[in-house]
Amino acid sequence: MRVSLFVPCFVDQLTPKVGLATAKVLKKLGHDVEFRASQTCCGQPSFNSGQWDVAREAAIRALTVFRGAEVIVGPSGSCVAMMRNFYPELLKGTAHAEEAADLASRTFEFSEFLVKKLGVIDVGAKFAKKVTYHDGCHALRELRLKEEPRQLLRAVKGLELIESEEAETCCGFGGLFSAKFPMISTAMVQVKGGALARTGADFVVSADPSCLLQIGGWLSREGKPILPLHIAEVLASDA
Amino acid sequence: MSDAKSIFLKDATVNAADGDQRAFIRKALGGYYTNRDLQKARYRDWEMARDVASMAKWTAVNDLANVLEKFVGNFERNGGVVHWARDAAEARAIILKIAEDANAKAIVKSKCMTSEEIHLNDALEKAGYGVVESDLGEFIQQLRGEAPYHFVFPCMHVKREAISELFTKHLGTAPTDSPEELTMIARRHLRQLYIDADIGITGANFLIAETGQISITENEGNARLTAALPRIHIALSGIEKVVNYLDDLSVLLPMLATAGAGQPMTCYNTLYSGPRKKGECDGPEQFHLVLLDNARTRLLADPEQRDALHCIRCGACLNVCPIFKNIGGLAYGTTYQGPIGSVITPHLRGLKQWNHLSGASSLCGACTDACPVRIDLHHHLLHNRRNAAKESPTLFDRLFHNGFNFVIKRPWLFAAGGRIFRATLPFLQKLPLPYMRAWMKTRDLPKAPSQSFRDQWKNQNV
Repeated sequence: MRVSLFVPCFVDQLTPKVGLATAKVLKKLGHDVEFRASQTCCGQPSFNSGQWDVAREAAIRALTVFRGAEVIVGPSGSCVAMMRNFYPELLKGTAHAEEAADLASRTFEFSEFLVKKLGVIDVGAKFAKKVTYHDGCHALRELRLKEEPRQLLRAVKGLELIESEEAETCCGFGGLFSAKFPMISTAMVQVKGGALARTGADFVVSADPSCLLQIGGWLSREGKPILPLHIAEVLASDA
Repeated sequence: MSDAKSIFLKDATVNAADGDQRAFIRKALGGYYTNRDLQKARYRDWEMARDVASMAKWTAVNDLANVLEKFVGNFERNGGVVHWARDAAEARAIILKIAEDANAKAIVKSKCMTSEEIHLNDALEKAGYGVVESDLGEFIQQLRGEAPYHFVFPCMHVKREAISELFTKHLGTAPTDSPEELTMIARRHLRQLYIDADIGITGANFLIAETGQISITENEGNARLTAALPRIHIALSGIEKVVNYLDDLSVLLPMLATAGAGQPMTCYNTLYSGPRKKGECDGPEQFHLVLLDNARTRLLADPEQRDALHCIRCGACLNVCPIFKNIGGLAYGTTYQGPIGSVITPHLRGLKQWNHLSGASSLCGACTDACPVRIDLHHHLLHNRRNAAKESPTLFDRLFHNGFNFVIKRPWLFAAGGRIFRATLPFLQKLPLPYMRAWMKTRDLPKAPSQSFRDQWKNQNV
């Protein structure tokens, strides 16, 4: 299959290793992977801030960028939810409505793509560490992905998966919310990060790099001995 | 910045930093999650039950004028008197007039959030009436001089010792740490008040159109005494509480109990069918119902958010909300706290003043999943944000997002800007930049890589 990568803007700039790991796993499974360099941001920051006219422009741009792509795979539940669920709402009643629905049907979150579209659970990864999984809210409640990433992790050789308390509790990121209401966002990540640290896991793994930015940022500041890692990085690992 | 917003920011900051209080709230809700899941498991299909419950409300709300008319016809046939109130002031005036005509002195109330919405107690006290809340939680909040913290569990934030002290101070009772004894103190105090009261004021959980009855749900039996003992019963209800059929309660009553409190059923579910009739030995002489609009029709006129009128005030969305659990109910400054409050308050009290509540959410969606009547809560927060941005745009937001859009529309500029951003990140973190500074106060950013994904990809695939 020819897979067009959708790399979230902050992954592009801050954690490019997540994008590279995504490509590595997909290539290992025998797929052609392309990256269309005209892509930038999905527009979610503006959408969530109520600036729907701005977000609409970003959505229309994305439609153009990914025109003709067979499937689009993104290592982010949040950005994929934006494209899958919210582009159709943004473009409802416009000339782009049909194309938005079409894009939505071709866009997948990474773990969802592997398990639900390709039917792959064991990608042949090795990772001899203790990990706990954090459900990003968009992957969990917008895309309804709960078991898929866990199935993938359980199939990784040597990996021990520990469930944490508060696994489904929001980490408090919420995009600009984390900077507009930092005191609430911080209280939320204290609850989340505390529960993750108590598992004794070496890594907190998630399909949402934005949550990992928040959780990892707090864990680092607090000096907790648990590191953030994207699920693609785990699946790309062979050591 | 609106007054409401600056108070919210101040209170939320204080409460979010209060680790002890936050832990106390989490602990108070701990048993709820277990019990709720246990009770949900007794349903053959909880999700289907949600469909049925939401449809029962949908059919009534989407035909509100007709269903209300049918209800009122039947209610009046049962001997009740209906009063229509456009807003809070009208509702207060109606109730004061009934009290005046009846030459009343003492008033006892059972739990009624709608009465909080219209600030009824203040108005009654100012007019010289003695008003006592008979729900234990509301009674405690009344003694504390504080609004309810949670619209189902009004004093869930108050520790047992504080309640004991409060009773000692106001009722002169001996200190105790036994919840049973505390309940008995309130019970002994309230018993005589029901007998002395001229008027009992209640809310209503459901108005049943086909029978003209009012359904009231409670755990303490105080609403039954409030409705039955005084010579006049006044029920105050929002117009959206109406449902078509008595049968609708077969799903709404258990779901209200399970979603809201983790109970199979609430202890007392009573249907009230009018005043005392000839030959009956008890019940009030007069039965009044005040039907309140207070901007509910404004919400009704909005097809996108009309489903917010489905709300049965179970409180499930508060119980699961990480914002509520971390800032507490009082910080909202609203009658209805939590996600449902953040959705409807801008409609009830003005978007410009109250939109900040829609902003103060990570949009995690736990509320929407918990709602037994399927209100699309977290998406409505997005709708409020959009409406506010359109209605009263702020210069900062326009500049910020148009600037951002200018960059992301131009991939070369995005790449170049990213390069500069990464190179200067250690330095930027020290500047008082909006957003960046707030973030950096409690969290680190990852070390910026020397190359972006797009650069590395290009180099790998040349």
